[in-house]
Amino acid sequence: MNAIATTAPVRRQLQTPQPSASLFPYNPGSLLSVEDLSLEAVSHLLARATALENQNPLTRDRILLKRRIALLFYESSTRTRTSFELAAKSLGADTTLVSNLSSSIEKGETLKDTGLTLRALGAEAIILRHNSSGAAWLLEETTRLPVLNAGDGMHEHPTQALLDLRTILAHLRPGVQTVGPDTLDGVTVTIVGDILHSRVARSNMMLLPRLGTRVVLCGPKELLPDSAANAGPGISVERDFETALRQSQVVMMLRIQAERLAGMQIDLAQYKDAYQLTGQRLAAQAPTAVVMHPGPIIRGLELTAGVADGPQSAILEQVRNGVAIRMAVVERALTTGKEGRA
Amino acid sequence: MSALVIRNGHLVDPGAGVDAPKDILLKDGKVAEVAGPGKLKSANGAEVLDASGLTVAPGLIDIHVHLREPGQAYKETIATGTAAAAAGGFTAVAAMPNTSPVVDTAELVRWMQSPERGACVRVYPIGAATRGSKGETLNDFAALKSAGAVAVTDDGQPILKDSMMRETLAAAARVGLSVIQHAEDTRMTQGASMNAGPTAFKLGLRGMPPEAESSIVERDIRLVTELRDARVHLHVAHTSTAAAVGAVRKARRNGLRVTCEVAPHHFLLTEEHVGQYNTNAKMNPPLRSAADRDAMIEAILDGVVDAIATDHAPHATHEKEVEFENAPNGITGLETALGLCLRWLHREWKLPLGRVLSLLSAQPAALLGLKGRGTLTVGSFADVVVFDPKAEWTYNAKETYSKAHNTPFDGWTMQGKVRWTISEGRIAYSSTGVPNDLVAGVESR
Repeated sequence: MNAIATTAPVRRQLQTPQPSASLFPYNPGSLLSVEDLSLEAVSHLLARATALENQNPLTRDRILLKRRIALLFYESSTRTRTSFELAAKSLGADTTLVSNLSSSIEKGETLKDTGLTLRALGAEAIILRHNSSGAAWLLEETTRLPVLNAGDGMHEHPTQALLDLRTILAHLRPGVQTVGPDTLDGVTVTIVGDILHSRVARSNMMLLPRLGTRVVLCGPKELLPDSAANAGPGISVERDFETALRQSQVVMMLRIQAERLAGMQIDLAQYKDAYQLTGQRLAAQAPTAVVMHPGPIIRGLELTAGVADGPQSAILEQVRNGVAIRMAVVERALTTGKEGRA
Repeated sequence: MSALVIRNGHLVDPGAGVDAPKDILLKDGKVAEVAGPGKLKSANGAEVLDASGLTVAPGLIDIHVHLREPGQAYKETIATGTAAAAAGGFTAVAAMPNTSPVVDTAELVRWMQSPERGACVRVYPIGAATRGSKGETLNDFAALKSAGAVAVTDDGQPILKDSMMRETLAAAARVGLSVIQHAEDTRMTQGASMNAGPTAFKLGLRGMPPEAESSIVERDIRLVTELRDARVHLHVAHTSTAAAVGAVRKARRNGLRVTCEVAPHHFLLTEEHVGQYNTNAKMNPPLRSAADRDAMIEAILDGVVDAIATDHAPHATHEKEVEFENAPNGITGLETALGLCLRWLHREWKLPLGRVLSLLSAQPAALLGLKGRGTLTVGSFADVVVFDPKAEWTYNAKETYSKAHNTPFDGWTMQGKVRWTISEGRIAYSSTGVPNDLVAGVESR
């Protein structure tokens, strides 16, 4: 053995290899992450969502008439699937749904092969919901089609963040569609609950601070690691729900994702004590805050029925905004770039 | 080919303290003579390799490779893995036993070394520490050793139980074998696919905390201390965290026989290189934080690290073309190690060439007690690498001799191009690819 140093190492300034720039998205029509979108692109999507929502359905369905869109769903979904499907059909596209439970995926077909098969069948874009983080990237790299990420594992759900933004703007900045780095200055959005397993939380915390929002993450250690505060600028962690609520103009409640707990034990009584949004808490700490939830909601767990149905709740508004935003995103997918007709 | 002369080269043999122009005569698989340029006494009739402008060094030794045989020949075979080794300048590799079946008997250890495997360079099998590497029953170390095993390990997984690790260390010491530990507390890494921290959080991936590695290294060092037996040798495989290398540094200061290796990817890359779910940046231990990576560089420069080992882990393309969480761990490394070490450790970070080569030959040979390897003194095995130390080239994973292409270094600039690799006197690799064109002429003096 060689000479052994007996002192602690001295930090030297060394040149090291840097990661190369991302090649994603390969297709300009793809929406994999909120980070793919400039604020200009976000503004354009918000404007198109409103325009498409207001357009006569009889002319709107010419926009993507007979174009083929596949919905590839490896996880169950009500809101996202239905709103994507309605959005695509509102623009005149033909859609087909492939789910892991009634397809060759059950027989062991890989995501790559399923994607190539859909492309060979004529799909011009794929909307993907998948239980593995990063699945949308794999699908886009292998098919090079426009891929719309409808939720990948614990990672991202970009259209949810866009529809949440539309909801927030409607309440706090009515009439604003062109967003910039200070559009939401002075606004604090608190996201509460199972942050660790939430793709909704990640997409929102990566998007909202770019518009000036302060994002406060609130939850117990098991569901919210300290390192979350370092995920990006404008993000902080607050363990005390009351303290977080007091600062908030918007509070987003999240479901505990039992399917992703991977053996983790959560004491639900304790959890409710600390983090359930009750009418009392809301009235005491944030009587004018907008209450949001990406759904599905579990009444009586993360929030009470009274709050879900109460006057501060924007939960069903979020659902409605989902269709408008997804029309804009689907339109963008098939009308951007070299194969586009826009 | 009974005799071969390497002429006009610059010999760097750190184990022998040589760094000078030398000619070398290789005969019957051994080094027969080393002399100043033109001074060989007994080179008549030998074929000549002209090494003008080239560096001549002991063949490289990789003490951590996965050759996938028996049982997973679709990933790699001993023949293809050792061809990649030869192309990378390696003349000996130590093969990990996590194959199918696990190499846990003398019979399998012999099978690994059989001429029928078609190895291009020397293969040293490492035996499994426990039956089937299940961590329950100790194997017969004396039998493994007499069949040719050079160490024991359950690599791929740790020897987790305290009592089992203590027994392994003690039993291996009795027969003079090293214990190589894959240090990972798997209770902390369930379902995880990269390093724990902000990057994993952002990518929505479950993380392996650095403590999963360092806590096992610390536990093992404690066991070595308690055994109070100078024959006990603990070798920490693929060290990747500042805390683990710190524990090794401290153990060495306390006079314990604890060694460690670092893989090129752990001193070059960080968790940021996972990028957008690049499965060719997924391995175990995972790429760590920049601070951990910097600690690996420091530990190499200050001499705590005993060997550069690649953890060459070939996988079939289709196995890596899946969701990140579902992809198998591991990357190839045999063809890129020298080029990366010379490009970064030597050129960028100024580690003297002799020390770089020592980490790739003399030290790993000493670590596993590979007699006659890692040096080119007279009587040693005729294991030689001849390379152009100045040549820059670009690695193209598609042109590999390995069956596998799973490397994060595809397209990277390398320094130092291998011209010939000679294994026990036989040319195992030449950069022209045509063995008979290698020879510059026949020695007539």
